[in-house]
Amino acid sequence: MIPGPFSYHRPATVADAVKLLSTLGDEARPLAGGHSLVPMMKLRLATPEHLVDLHGIDGLKGIRRDGNRIVIGAMTTQAELLASDDIAKSLPILQEAALLIADPQVRYMGTIGGNVANGDPGNDMPALMMTLGAHYRLEGPGGGRDIAATEFYQGAYFTALEPGEILTAISVALPAAGHGYAYEKLKRKIGDYATAAAAVVLTMAGGKVVSCAIGLTNLHETPLLATDAAKAVIGTSLDAATLKKAAAAAEAIMSPAADARGPVEYRKHVGGIMVTRALQRAASRAK
Amino acid sequence: MAKTHVTMKVNGAEVEGLVEPRTLLVHFIRENLLLTGTHIGCETTHCGACTVDLDGMSVKSCTVFAVQAEGSEITTIEGVANADGSLSALQEGFRMMHGLQCGFCTPGMILRAQRLLQENPRPSEEEIRMGISGNICRCTGYQNIVKAIQYAADKINGVEFKEAAE
Repeated sequence: MIPGPFSYHRPATVADAVKLLSTLGDEARPLAGGHSLVPMMKLRLATPEHLVDLHGIDGLKGIRRDGNRIVIGAMTTQAELLASDDIAKSLPILQEAALLIADPQVRYMGTIGGNVANGDPGNDMPALMMTLGAHYRLEGPGGGRDIAATEFYQGAYFTALEPGEILTAISVALPAAGHGYAYEKLKRKIGDYATAAAAVVLTMAGGKVVSCAIGLTNLHETPLLATDAAKAVIGTSLDAATLKKAAAAAEAIMSPAADARGPVEYRKHVGGIMVTRALQRAASRAK
Repeated sequence: MAKTHVTMKVNGAEVEGLVEPRTLLVHFIRENLLLTGTHIGCETTHCGACTVDLDGMSVKSCTVFAVQAEGSEITTIEGVANADGSLSALQEGFRMMHGLQCGFCTPGMILRAQRLLQENPRPSEEEIRMGISGNICRCTGYQNIVKAIQYAADKINGVEFKEAAE
């Protein structure tokens, strides 16, 4: 399967990429790792006339500290995230989730920017970014702006990106020392998108939950933050009744599509189980 | 569609060609360079038969455009044997451990395993299985492929290979 014809552009700066994308308009797409876009192009589900390859832009790579935040360049690959000692120490949940994305070959090419910017409800990083309270840096013809991950997702493949804008970096405040975390993903096989997945970041003191955030993947047309479920566990020791209440509160906001991964009721049911498991595992890691 | 001139180093040799931007790297390798050891399996980024090494990464060459590989260094199955033409440790491992039946997935398996062993010279069985999880074999059930990679790891590390009891 060979994609339809297109013109290939490889700008060297973000400004040039933005200029190309805004001049070429709707028929142009940015190319990051390409492991979502190229398969779509082969199936003619995407038929861009221009591809603007972001690999030539040095400024989009790398992981750095900025005060109490970690800033990850959009073109940083999943493999680079997995190899980063800084991420291992300060944001281990990113590595736990990255290891559950696709397979090794795809992780060498797939980028964190592409994963969060594509708006695919099946992608794992968006719910995680909402759970972590991440911000995205966008650069466009009108200049740059920051947007919270929680404000970014509008529908399946619809995001807050304006024409000509690209996502250039992700900024995450360092979670509290001793935080507990877990990303639980149910999938049919290696390389599959989640049937249901849940991210949990929490802190505990004296055996009780002090703070908690819960994100949900592939259980709605956008990633979800399960705020009621998170509220339900604050101040508790995650006893059986509380876990049941949290899972029910999370299930109440899920509206997955029925697909080959199962009917709606099943996906909601296992979604609740992912929330329960993620809460328990996160609590066991909290110090 | 206008063609683009690309140059890259494949198995140590400088190569060039004219390609459409939409030409996939695997087609450039097979049809322009006539290196047909790299196989096209599923064409949908699932099976890993088209895996090559690109600048130190295992990639599925059906999901990378040839123009993206401009200036890169690539290794295909034709480039893995030792300089004197003898089999590499991995090739020998696949032969000795019967790591292939039909052989279709083997070039991709060997290229992926070669990168895995460079990054992790002493992988556990679990790490090998996760490391080749992007490569599908429909004959062997993977058992002998895992053994072949263990054989190669031991040979490279200068350790005597002992087959685990089954």
